Amino acid sequence: MQCPKCHAPMHTYNRNGVQIEQCGGCRGVFLDYGELEALTRLESQWSGHQAPPAPPAAPAYPAAPAPAWGAPHTGHHQDQHGHHGHHGHKRHKSFGHMLFSS
Amino acid sequence: MTTLTPALTAQARLRARHSEGCACSEPHAVLADRTDATVVRHAQVVAKAHAPGTPESALTARLAAAAHPGLADTLLAPLSARPTRLHDRLVTFWPYGVPVDRDDPYGPDTVPWEAAATLLARLHRAPLARLPKALPPMRGPEKAARAVARLRAAAPHPAASPVERAWAVLPAWARDEAPCPGRPFLCHGDLHLGQLVRTPPDPRLGHLVHPHTEPRPGYPGSAPADHWRLIDIDDLGTGDPAWDLARPAAWYACGLLLPEEWTRFLNAYRAAGGPAVPADGADPWLVLDVPARALTVQTAALAIAKAVAAERALDEVEETFVDACRRMAAVPPDLAPTCTK
Repeated sequence: MQCPKCHAPMHTYNRNGVQIEQCGGCRGVFLDYGELEALTRLESQWSGHQAPPAPPAAPAYPAAPAPAWGAPHTGHHQDQHGHHGHHGHKRHKSFGHMLFSS
Repeated sequence: MTTLTPALTAQARLRARHSEGCACSEPHAVLADRTDATVVRHAQVVAKAHAPGTPESALTARLAAAAHPGLADTLLAPLSARPTRLHDRLVTFWPYGVPVDRDDPYGPDTVPWEAAATLLARLHRAPLARLPKALPPMRGPEKAARAVARLRAAAPHPAASPVERAWAVLPAWARDEAPCPGRPFLCHGDLHLGQLVRTPPDPRLGHLVHPHTEPRPGYPGSAPADHWRLIDIDDLGTGDPAWDLARPAAWYACGLLLPEEWTRFLNAYRAAGGPAVPADGADPWLVLDVPARALTVQTAALAIAKAVAAERALDEVEETFVDACRRMAAVPPDLAPTCTK
């Protein structure tokens, strides 16, 4: 199935047992008849959740996309120290160790 | 050092056909000595004693995959097709490969991200049906679940609860409570930079490195992955190939890996035809989200368990993973892909 907005292919996902389609391009979501109601019903059963989470934002181009739970600076230009900041970048020792650990 | 080490070193020496007291016998090179594995080296031979209780049939199937000629440019081939027994442990023998130098400050510019990505893409593209023995599932989710179990077994720690909450919102398959959905691919299961070795380019050693294959004619000599191979088959198996990208993905998402490094890795994976992520342009996080969450939880859980055991505070990097767990619990992966592969 193609996205009616940007024509990229749509992928089927399962959200709490409800099948929905999301566009791989613009991340728009398509719901079949009754699916929104089913989702709303499930949402209301989630006690302890103050508000439904905001949908993930569209990726900011051309920076690499990052997940909604990512550290605040990922997916954006994180270099705060000018263009030469990455060269000679020293990793934190603990992360240096982590690169090699299970 | 365990009592196993001298016996294992003797095995490696025998395998290298060196006499007792040969010039290279001292010092014994112990490459790793953990509860789950002991690895020693003698000359060009590496002997690995696998974790106690490792099932022989599963290890033999994994060895057969590593020995398969179709994967000679991807996985380091073992020196023998079957494990041997030493005391209560299964032992395998391998040619020595030069690892990524971990003492180097390992600047972002010099990490072989392209090689790692290219090797993974080759692995994931391998036709499972051509492997000689059916492989067990890739053990990534099992390792994540074991890390959480270790956290639970440790003394209480204030950072444990956000990690538990992030774990609780993961789908069952990522918690090793259900089989992985979707088409299975050949996966490594535990990718990190310690899993890459450089094989000697010396043609005289070619036979040692690939005992089962002749060098392929017309093989391009300049590709960055050429002399690199993946090692450690303990977690090798069938599963979601996105899991193999998930550790770098988690490092990037946690803000530890520079966007440039992540992009190099991802672009190289796509350029090598890796099937785990959708083609260029589409958001890779549709498939990376759940495995990267699981690896973040695993990393945080192990960090806390180790900090508790050592009676020390979490360091700044370890806190980064706990912070990510806090954010994850607030944004559940409710768009878990079921059929994108």
